Amino acid sequence: MFKYLKQLTSLVAMVAVLFTFTTETMAAKKSKTLKNTIKKGFVMCGVSQGLAGFSNVDAAGNWEGMDVDVCRAVAAAVLGDSNKVKFTGLSAKERFTALNAGQVDVLSRNTTWTLTRDADLNLTFVGVNFYDGQGFMVRKDSGMKSTADFKSGMAVCTNIGTTTELNLADFMASKGLEYKLVGFEKADEARDTYGAGRCDAYTTDKSGLAAQRTVLANPDDHIILPDTISKEPLGPVVRQGDSVWEDIVRWSLNVMIEAEEYGVTSANADMMKTSKNPTVLKIVGVEGGMGEKLGLDNDWSLRIIKQVGNYGESYKRNIQDTGILPGSRGPNALWTNGGILYVPPLR
Amino acid sequence: MKKIIPQLLTLILIFLIIGFFTFNANVNMSNRGMEFGYSFLKRAASFDIQFSLIEYSRESTYARAYLVGLLNTLLVAFSGIIFATFLGLFFGIARLSPNFLINRFAGFYVEFFRNLPLLLQLFFWYYAALRVLPLPHETEGFNNFYLTIKSLYTPSLVWQNLNIFLYLLIFAILLVFIVKNYLKKIQEKEGRQYPIVYISILILIIIPSLSLIFGISTFEVEYPVYKQLSKSSGTFIGGLAIPPEFISLFLALSLYTGTFIAENVRAGIEGINKGQKEAAASIGLNRKQILNLVVLPQALRIIIPPTTNQYLNLTKNSSLAAAIAYPDVVLVFAGTALMQTGRAIEIVSITMFTYLSISLSISIFMNYYNKKFSLTEK
Ligand SMILES: N[C@@H](CCC(=O)N[C@@H](CS)C(=O)NCC(=O)O)C(=O)O
Repeated sequence: MFKYLKQLTSLVAMVAVLFTFTTETMAAKKSKTLKNTIKKGFVMCGVSQGLAGFSNVDAAGNWEGMDVDVCRAVAAAVLGDSNKVKFTGLSAKERFTALNAGQVDVLSRNTTWTLTRDADLNLTFVGVNFYDGQGFMVRKDSGMKSTADFKSGMAVCTNIGTTTELNLADFMASKGLEYKLVGFEKADEARDTYGAGRCDAYTTDKSGLAAQRTVLANPDDHIILPDTISKEPLGPVVRQGDSVWEDIVRWSLNVMIEAEEYGVTSANADMMKTSKNPTVLKIVGVEGGMGEKLGLDNDWSLRIIKQVGNYGESYKRNIQDTGILPGSRGPNALWTNGGILYVPPLR
Repeated sequence: MKKIIPQLLTLILIFLIIGFFTFNANVNMSNRGMEFGYSFLKRAASFDIQFSLIEYSRESTYARAYLVGLLNTLLVAFSGIIFATFLGLFFGIARLSPNFLINRFAGFYVEFFRNLPLLLQLFFWYYAALRVLPLPHETEGFNNFYLTIKSLYTPSLVWQNLNIFLYLLIFAILLVFIVKNYLKKIQEKEGRQYPIVYISILILIIIPSLSLIFGISTFEVEYPVYKQLSKSSGTFIGGLAIPPEFISLFLALSLYTGTFIAENVRAGIEGINKGQKEAAASIGLNRKQILNLVVLPQALRIIIPPTTNQYLNLTKNSSLAAAIAYPDVVLVFAGTALMQTGRAIEIVSITMFTYLSISLSISIFMNYYNKKFSLTEK
């Protein structure tokens, strides 16, 4: 009798372990954020309040830009339709509170990846969709050629709650320059105040400078100095603690970059299904069951590429063709083309 | 006993409610892996602030940054209250003037500035009015005052041993109180009137000046000097620079609040029964005495309580500073510091407590002042 009892208990224990194990992974697969997103039928995405090339509302009222495309990719992967996104414009100051409070589930808003934000603000950065650095814009007729021409007593306009104001403080202190910080919550206020002559320089990420310059009254009256005073890896952010959701956002971005590397575009994606290259087959979802591993279906990546395009297409459409940074892609070229865009393999 | 029990119950209820929310916040925060605490206040803030009344640099702590913001809030609130009171008194009395032009002008001021939203007025001053000012190198200046888009640059006083001058000033103020009470007593005894106002002013001028006459405290006037920053821009170094962010906030707050105070003043004066003035005249008081001894003391009783409210409003409205980059406590602490640390609950609660304390202080002070003027029933 006791012999059986012992066996019985171990059987029960084994079943229990198995059971908890399966429910655990099921629960994990169906992350809270993923579950809520599917239930609501749209991805809640935090973007800027308007930054040309990154997140901006076009004349027809649609959001467009590099940062917008990340959220569209997530929507295409999770919900099958890149239009199922609810965009919320957030100021630099509001963004992390909005993400932490659950007002948005992805923050894709030219946000710099830093240790403090990653560790101390309970956020998780999933990758980098734009390698940037901080620069300065000044009036052309000032004759300034670089930051070496800066003098003590100048006024600098920028946004508060950013890495920008911290870098600026460090930079000026290191040069022994005294300056007046005129710090705004909204980007257009900082830009226009500089434009009016209140400030001698305007500083933010160089991509932001290029975008803001196009909206100034006379773009040609202003130049962006060549100096770059910081590293600003900009990328999408999620709340800490939901690793399934984190993986989905991370790989939605990664697959766009991987697709560019392997020449899969929105135009040829369907034809690529017959490719001989196993990596290409994984990218278009024919091989490998990558989607299932993320808790999605295997066409997730095909939809991203067909509806949003690969990284290069997104870059060309939003950054180059709009005239914001028409030239070479610099660090944002693929590692195979002399840039530093390098994502882990889709395997 | 009957009175204490309901009070006690209310108190317990309040504690329970606060306790519940604190507990709730704690649970929610720890669920999200956030910690609660004020230790971040000791960390280096590492950002710069445009304008500070005390020593501050990027190496200073968050607590210091808070203090900078608080002092900037107090500065704009205090100067705004003074100017608004002046405007209110002036236009309130002017509205009662028999002179048609003055009367109309005061009426126009009140109706115009009272009926436009404050934020709109603030934007008008900052983004429109002060934007058309010249650049520093384009201005001639006026007696060493330079009003430019970057700042209003004025001469300033550089003091040596300012503290001794200030101690004497405080001493003089105390002396004025003593002398005033003493003279009042004599007046009541002997019936003779002394020019108390003139004596007070003399005391206030002479005593602090002693430190200057004997060369203990000295000051020099420092003038703003133009400095070229680049081919197309410059600034002024030295003297005092009052930034347009302060000027717009100061103007918007005081012009707006001044209208309400003007209405209070008018209501206060109109609220005094005509018979009072006639009675005062009939016992042989002259016009000045009627105003000082009969009308004003009674009018003040009507004016002070609603004006206290306006002072509180002005102080709270000063938090609109954030919209125009004036570094008040909201912009610096509830803005920049909150963002850089992510300590939302801690920072918002400190900020709320700050405004509560300022408001209570104003109320207490004004209540004391009001009591002084209330009718003492004999
Ligand atoms: N990358 C920096 C700065 C980001 C930032 O806020 N830049 C401004 C100026 S370009 C901006 O995007 N403003 C857009 C907006 O206010 O919506 C950070 O993460 O702190």
